[in-house]
Amino acid sequence: MRGWLALVLGLFAGAALADGAVHEFQLDNGLKLVVKEDHRAPVMVSQVWYKVGSSYEHDGITGISHVLEHMMFKGTAAHPAGEFSQIISENGGRENAFTSQDYTAYFQTMEKNRLPVSFELEADRMRNLTLPEKEFRKEVQVVMEERRMRTEDDPQSLTYEQFNAAAFVNSPYRTPVIGWMDDLENLRVDDLRRWYRKWYAPNNATLVVVGDVDPDAVYAQARKYFGALRPSEPEAVKPRHEIEQLGRKDIRVKAPAKLPYLIMGYKVPVLKTVKAADSWEPYALEVLAGVLDQGSGARLSSELVRGSAVAASAGASYDAWERLESLFVLSGTPSTNHGVAELEKALLEQVRKLQQTPVGKDELERVKAQIRADKVYEQDSIFYQAMQIGILETVGLGWRESQRYLERIEAVTAEQVQAVARKYLIEDHLTVAQLVPQPIEPGKEKTPHRAGVGGHVR
Amino acid sequence: MKKKGSRLLLALLVTAWTGLVRALPDIQSWTTEKGARVLFVEAHELPMLDVRLVFDAGSARDGAQSGVAGLTNGLMDQGAAGLDADTIARGFEQYGSKLGNGSERDMAWLSLRSLTDERLLGPSLELFAKVLVEPDFPQDDFRREQKRALTGLEYQKQKPDSIAERAFYRKLYGDHPYAGDPSGTIETVKALTADDLRDFYRRYYVARNATVVLVGDISRRQAEAIAAQLADALPEGKAPPELPKVRELKQAEQVFIEHPSTQSHVLTGQPGVRRGDPDYFQLYVGNHILGGSGLVSRISQEIREKRGLSYSAYSYFIPMKRKGPYQLGFQTRNDQRDEALSVLRKTLKDYIDKGPSEKELASSKNNIVAGFPLRVSSNARIAEYLAVIGFYNLPLDYLKTFTSRVEAVTTEQIRDAYRRRVHPGRMVTVIVGGKTEGEPHS
Repeated sequence: MRGWLALVLGLFAGAALADGAVHEFQLDNGLKLVVKEDHRAPVMVSQVWYKVGSSYEHDGITGISHVLEHMMFKGTAAHPAGEFSQIISENGGRENAFTSQDYTAYFQTMEKNRLPVSFELEADRMRNLTLPEKEFRKEVQVVMEERRMRTEDDPQSLTYEQFNAAAFVNSPYRTPVIGWMDDLENLRVDDLRRWYRKWYAPNNATLVVVGDVDPDAVYAQARKYFGALRPSEPEAVKPRHEIEQLGRKDIRVKAPAKLPYLIMGYKVPVLKTVKAADSWEPYALEVLAGVLDQGSGARLSSELVRGSAVAASAGASYDAWERLESLFVLSGTPSTNHGVAELEKALLEQVRKLQQTPVGKDELERVKAQIRADKVYEQDSIFYQAMQIGILETVGLGWRESQRYLERIEAVTAEQVQAVARKYLIEDHLTVAQLVPQPIEPGKEKTPHRAGVGGHVR
Repeated sequence: MKKKGSRLLLALLVTAWTGLVRALPDIQSWTTEKGARVLFVEAHELPMLDVRLVFDAGSARDGAQSGVAGLTNGLMDQGAAGLDADTIARGFEQYGSKLGNGSERDMAWLSLRSLTDERLLGPSLELFAKVLVEPDFPQDDFRREQKRALTGLEYQKQKPDSIAERAFYRKLYGDHPYAGDPSGTIETVKALTADDLRDFYRRYYVARNATVVLVGDISRRQAEAIAAQLADALPEGKAPPELPKVRELKQAEQVFIEHPSTQSHVLTGQPGVRRGDPDYFQLYVGNHILGGSGLVSRISQEIREKRGLSYSAYSYFIPMKRKGPYQLGFQTRNDQRDEALSVLRKTLKDYIDKGPSEKELASSKNNIVAGFPLRVSSNARIAEYLAVIGFYNLPLDYLKTFTSRVEAVTTEQIRDAYRRRVHPGRMVTVIVGGKTEGEPHS
């Protein structure tokens, strides 16, 4: 196996050479610019990342970061509501935005020469949003529809939301990114204005450009469009460390559904929250997640979906690049003739095995081989490359972490995987949620009227 | 992560046939000895290769055994050439390569992504060939996957969007092969046997029914060898007969399916266009203006931007071998669905009556033409597009002439095409949601 490892490491070195150079710039007003060259196609992606998301929110205004993201398309004095999307569209661009717990980001993917179009519009809405009351009233309705679609009417999402709220006590990761419906209903445009003034400023943002561009030219354009923006008064963000969990928590969520569903989460650190000496731990947790769920050959598929066939599906997830202490999550749907209790038992057995026996050499190698190859594959997407840089900058780890990632993963040993399993996957830090299906009336079809349906519309 | 708008997704759906730019990479094409058509694009920037084999073996070939195409495709990597599922999965994983598979109504496919170092690519391709050519369909694995498929069907029943889509296709296509869902029905999936899958595999996974797509860091000679290694290991066989034509709807029909959801999912539409349809460009560009260009489209403007009624409101053509759906839809709080539906219908009717303005057409052309390079900016996308071009027999210069055909479309042509082809008085409408009494909570 050793010879093979050397071979693949050698391959990676070749691929790393193909990986484009990253250039970092800083504007006087605090805006950071990171540019990565990728000259494969005459296109570029431009992203603006703000250090704000649902984990910056407090009770009563949950979801405000996401609503503000929607309102960022609702106009400035220079470009009234709707114009942003119209201009990007006419330039052949694709644009969108996303909000998470840790960040809010906006992007345009365009032909490479249209970078100034994107910069002009993004710079304008960084400081000059008008936030009209009338637009807000409509848009918050759209967000409530989004919430209904994503959460209220999806029993697994609903369970996940309740699970999260039960797992965390004082960490802001407790609340959903989209916000509680009650908070959305009571949100006011003035709340948004305050939120916008506080967080939307060059010294709280990172500009990321990846594509067929010249870094110095991008820097010149960035200074031209963003250079004059005033910074805001920085305000220290409270740490809001989650208190220690003192025993297993169990919740049940009853909702109309056909299938039961199980989610189990252990409190775990992330790279940002561990001491320097323990910085291998999050990477060991990533490898541990891989041993369970990296590919169809990994343990959950092999032993739970095939093997004992107790699960119709099962997964494990962990993200080392979050801002605050997080969760290592196991989830799944029991197969027919098996209940949630059996699935839970099987998942706990998997955890026990990881604690008791070091992962086999071949198994560890397989996980690493896939992560190595993924580093090459991810270069096929300029969007994904930009996204990695943006996340790392925004959670405060710095984009260089992405270049260290593989090396850190390679260094993880079987003993380390066992050690983090023992240290962190402990029952007192576990939260378990199960979806208890409530009857859905069998989908009755009715044909209320047959008429020229479209013919009498006015 | 919460995404705003589903416009990315919609843009992809609408433009799945798309165009090539990337300084327009040349598509090389040939036929293997046993008759499989090959499409190849050399891309040397990254040390990787994408391979995809596409078969006319989607659910349109299910016959009375709804779901057989999907299960056949899904079982292929669960046992092949005497290797079990674990050995196959771990075989790819140890080389860092990725096996993919899938099936829809028209197509079924297997794909492989691998690094191109010969020490990794060689063994990955060998294993891929086993899955493709020698699947065993072991009885135990079949039983398990059958059960999982049934669980999947139960899952769909708790999702109002899935319920709506199944009903929409059923009403749109009646007894046409497109009516059935690729995942089948509980009754038909229960009745399947491993032998049914073997029979389906033998009939459809043959060289003359295959399109081979290769994109990546290999030479033409390597590409020829790989295409032959894979496709020519299959029996020659023959392509299946053409699918029957789709019958036009005779009258409007509205179906309501009660579901305990806070929103209603509404789909309305009719059979639309097929690949290679003479009205295709007029309808594609026309729909881009009406409901295919995300938030700036008329439908999204009327339903979402002006009235805040829905998170996503859209229309799109799904071109297929035969006429795929023309689908318009949205989701909204139950008590608003009638209002939103009449806005949608009025928007469609106005568009058919008056057609687009010159300004709207110019904007849409700008979007499509200027955005052209984005559609082929990654190997993954190029591979998907080659699959479509090969599978649907689109001419190889289709992409090179694409922008000029878009540019040539006039407002008058759009109006004419919409009047002839889109019939709001004869559309199927499916509503899945809660009763409106006692609603809403807000």
